[in-house]
Amino acid sequence: MLLTREELLMRDGAEGDAVAAAMDLLIRYGDALEAERLVDTRNVAGTMTQPSPAKAKLFAEGGWARAYAVINLDCDRDIEVPRMKVPTCQLQHGFAEDAGGLTAYPEQSIRLQEDAESFFSERGVNILATCTPYQVGNLPTRGEHCAWMESSAVVYCNSVLGARTNCEGAASTGAAALTGKIPYWGNHLPENRHATHLVRADVDVDGFQEWGMFGYFVGEQVLEARPAVTGRLARPDLADLKHFGAATATSGGVEMFHMPGVTPEAPTVEAAFGGGRIAEPITYGRREREAVYEVLNGQGTSRDVDFVLLGCPHASLDQVAQLAALLEGRRLNSSTELWVMMPRALSTMALRNGYTRTITAAGGRVLTDSCPAMSKAAPEGTRVFATDSAKQAHYLPAILGIEAWFGTLAECVDAAITGRWSGGLA
Amino acid sequence: MTGRPAGTRAIELRGRGIVAGVVEAPALVTREPISGFGGIDVATGTVIEPRHELFGVSFTGRVLVFPGAKGSSGWSGFFQSTRLMGTAPAAMIFDVMTTKAVLGAIVTRVPTVVQAVPAPLESIRTGDLVRVDGGTGVVLVFPQAGAAAPRGTESETDELFVQ
Repeated sequence: MLLTREELLMRDGAEGDAVAAAMDLLIRYGDALEAERLVDTRNVAGTMTQPSPAKAKLFAEGGWARAYAVINLDCDRDIEVPRMKVPTCQLQHGFAEDAGGLTAYPEQSIRLQEDAESFFSERGVNILATCTPYQVGNLPTRGEHCAWMESSAVVYCNSVLGARTNCEGAASTGAAALTGKIPYWGNHLPENRHATHLVRADVDVDGFQEWGMFGYFVGEQVLEARPAVTGRLARPDLADLKHFGAATATSGGVEMFHMPGVTPEAPTVEAAFGGGRIAEPITYGRREREAVYEVLNGQGTSRDVDFVLLGCPHASLDQVAQLAALLEGRRLNSSTELWVMMPRALSTMALRNGYTRTITAAGGRVLTDSCPAMSKAAPEGTRVFATDSAKQAHYLPAILGIEAWFGTLAECVDAAITGRWSGGLA
Repeated sequence: MTGRPAGTRAIELRGRGIVAGVVEAPALVTREPISGFGGIDVATGTVIEPRHELFGVSFTGRVLVFPGAKGSSGWSGFFQSTRLMGTAPAAMIFDVMTTKAVLGAIVTRVPTVVQAVPAPLESIRTGDLVRVDGGTGVVLVFPQAGAAAPRGTESETDELFVQ
């Protein structure tokens, strides 16, 4: 990889040992990718605060500096963590104080995470604590080079915003934050952003659930490739695009899609393919839609629902308003919990607008910072859960060993009120 | 027990080494991409995705041969955790270059070869003894009697062994 004089100086320690370790990792990473060079970034979204078992052990050995060295820089030396060189935020992490006592998630981990927040915010990390940084103040501009983690945020960043990031990890974002550099590879190059596959919906894709199912299908079909999607698509809103992208990155590894007429780099199908040959369409019809529904609902036998989980990726204010409208004047079944996860910054607005009061009066909870999949914890005794998120329906059974139902928001609320799943494909 | 059976000719694969180091261990082969977050349990080094063909199987100490990474950006962090918890694979061999898998291999610090020829998924069977040189990119496969054929490719794989 070609390195500038500035980068060579960083590697050789001119900006301190931590920056040298960061540059060493970026060089190993860029060489492995066969990147031609690094590119400047001023927008890093990573993870450093959640006390996983491995991280808690490192913290016990040598504090947060040791944890950052090993996990965020792949470095075994003792280093001091300097102030982040470029604007950096952290993403969703473990449960916070608001979830204390609701699950078996250790109180000690909540405290440890608060300590980590102090340590890293003092070093310039903005604590956003959400998988949707674009909802709460980190909205990259078109063409901006970013170094982001979180697959659902990465696909949103590339596709919906037209900014440029690969699906980075804890170590590459840790190194990018201290250097302002990331390998110029993959999605950073304009020629790598054109569509490779065409997927055409021959059934109506309209509404949150349908967008999630369509996304799950697209991800299964194209894996890590770049689909352009067309057909009977209603005009999606922010929540639809967030759900669609998250689903494509769950069943596959989609980091970029084009939706001609909706996403910025694809005014037309031709533009999505960069003027090249347009691929033969993969079709999403009635049978394919039913098959996706069966897969997402093939993880449950009992219809007795203990737990309803909403807000994956973290809910928008609009989604929370819809939930409040459905719960107005109603009361949850005594044996069913309902949680909606959202960014803490938006929860301030949910409180201010009375949505939180309505949801909590019904027996539900508005929670922030994390989700059951990230924290590996649900209400104690949960055996069967229901969700409106294709991503959460995919991951949570594997992570917690519980059964899952996937449906619309209204079906999930109905399950929370009755304690029974009665959803079905319309 | 695995070992180098006398008289068996090794199959040589050549790829690009991206993490240096030499290791020899039995192979674990899957044609399905692997998810890190929600796909593996780092404490036990096993695949936990219910619909994955390796569901419940441990990769600890084995040469993990797979097409590539899928799912969450937590991939590299999860595989790094297997290193920290002592449950890491012995080496990695994969084809599809993604930032997730490449960074994951680097922070797992195990010898890794990518895009080898002939195709690893057609040439290596679960249980075969494999020597991976992550410096030179050379992979030597010592076929083991009774090693499992990759799903649905028995005849293709047999042909390779005859050549």
